[in-house]
Amino acid sequence: MTLCGLELDNPVIPASGTFGYGYEFAEYYDINCLGTFSFKGTTKEPRFGNPQPRIAECAGGMLNAVGLQNPGVDKVLSEELPRLAKVFHKPVMANVSGFSPEEYAYVCEKLDAAPQVGWLEVNISCPNVHGGGMSFGTDPEAAAGVVRAVKAVTAKPVIVKLTPNVTDIVSMARACEDAGADGISLINTLQAMRIDLKTKKPLLANVTGGLSGPAVFPVAVRMVYQVYEAVRIPVVGVGGVSSAEDVIEMMLAGATAVEVGAANLTDPYVCRDIVRDLPGVMEKYGIENLRDIIGGAHG
Amino acid sequence: MKMIESVFTIAENDLVAAGVYRMVLAGDTAPITVPGQFVDIRLPELYLRRPISVCDAQDGSLALLYKTVGKGTERMAAMGPGERLDLLTGLGNGFSLAESGDRPLLAGGGIGAAPLYMLAKKLIQRGARPLVVMGFNGAEDVFYADEFAALGADVTVATVDGSRGVKGLVTDAMAGLSYSYVYACGPEPMLRAVWERSETDGQFSFEARMGCGFGACVGCTRQTVNGPKRVCKDGPVFRKGEILWEA
Repeated sequence: MTLCGLELDNPVIPASGTFGYGYEFAEYYDINCLGTFSFKGTTKEPRFGNPQPRIAECAGGMLNAVGLQNPGVDKVLSEELPRLAKVFHKPVMANVSGFSPEEYAYVCEKLDAAPQVGWLEVNISCPNVHGGGMSFGTDPEAAAGVVRAVKAVTAKPVIVKLTPNVTDIVSMARACEDAGADGISLINTLQAMRIDLKTKKPLLANVTGGLSGPAVFPVAVRMVYQVYEAVRIPVVGVGGVSSAEDVIEMMLAGATAVEVGAANLTDPYVCRDIVRDLPGVMEKYGIENLRDIIGGAHG
Repeated sequence: MKMIESVFTIAENDLVAAGVYRMVLAGDTAPITVPGQFVDIRLPELYLRRPISVCDAQDGSLALLYKTVGKGTERMAAMGPGERLDLLTGLGNGFSLAESGDRPLLAGGGIGAAPLYMLAKKLIQRGARPLVVMGFNGAEDVFYADEFAALGADVTVATVDGSRGVKGLVTDAMAGLSYSYVYACGPEPMLRAVWERSETDGQFSFEARMGCGFGACVGCTRQTVNGPKRVCKDGPVFRKGEILWEA
């Protein structure tokens, strides 16, 4: 199969923020079994992220308010990618974040020069930073501005990662497609919060965080289904995927490829196991070729 | 040091002090190579694993001491012999023994004393004579003072209410002691007090709310002299000279 013109051996892609820069999971299994993976959201400058605590739990999932901790694009190019090259021999998906269209373009232009990078996943959906991230993903005009700025500096496929924290996901996806995006990935986390009964105050220092895990899976399936009907570019399904069955459900909704996020944090081997389990689950449901089921749930 | 996922079987799970349990599990302890590492436990119906420090590990027997402070530890307390648990083991960057000198001080605050047990054992095996200072709120909270003494360590217990041992904090019980090095584990205010009062170099083990426990999510990062470090992967043990405290 292919995703935006690049080969994928299988549709399984660990999602950004749950897989670091990849090489650490290579201590646990051969990560070349993956389709690819999306590396940690990278910005122009190094970022520490938000104060502690920045992790909380809920029924069926978790909240994070990490706030885009990353070493900055220069260190990603000089340190993280060379380390990754020793253990991963496929094109990687580079997840990019920023605080202005110019900043997104700056980071994408630098990553465009890295041969290891296959796709640019432009994250306009981080709910845990102020003045950037999600603010571009909740307004179609602002989103289009980021897409145009990025497309002007790279020839690599640009996949725009959308936030579910909007009234109309379809208008967001269409605005990105019209501005030149090569693909859409969705969903990022849902804005959420928890309150500690002992202190009677918000559990996360950032007050709010992003909800992920199985709790958000049906929301993601619904949004992938709606966006698949509205755009012609490929859709990457993300949100609560934890099994080969979930991958197939997401593809039936319209996903060409599927990202696995929070599940990596509770089971470090989950993506390897999903790749292993897929043929058996396909056989069980009478599926010969995954390509044939993309969008299969639509009338 | 390499993380692996494996299934352990509970052999014992008994109350040893107020709200403090000792769980002994049978399984593959080979990945646990140094004191100060931790395991990450999957529990029924809870999404995130629970990181618990290793109190002792040898020859397929793993001992954990934990205090019931929330849903995860309460669920652990309700389990019994024969039940099985899925663990990630071999996690974390533990204590380094080489710098200890002849007379290391091991300072434990509450449940933070747990990983100091295996540390004391290994130090004694290397010929050191550890001084163990353990701080608790009251006599009913005290655990493992006899076990540390049975290893051959010199043990001082401090209680805030004075109901057992020295009245006061760990740092009060440290006053006047002569030692070659410091190892500490406990709540952050206690670690900071030991860090400020101790006169030697040392290593400090931190707690954090973790997402994954193996370095992937960077949820537990703290700032250090050497930049942001993950408590789960770069720690939980940090060198005295690299620690930064929040104002």
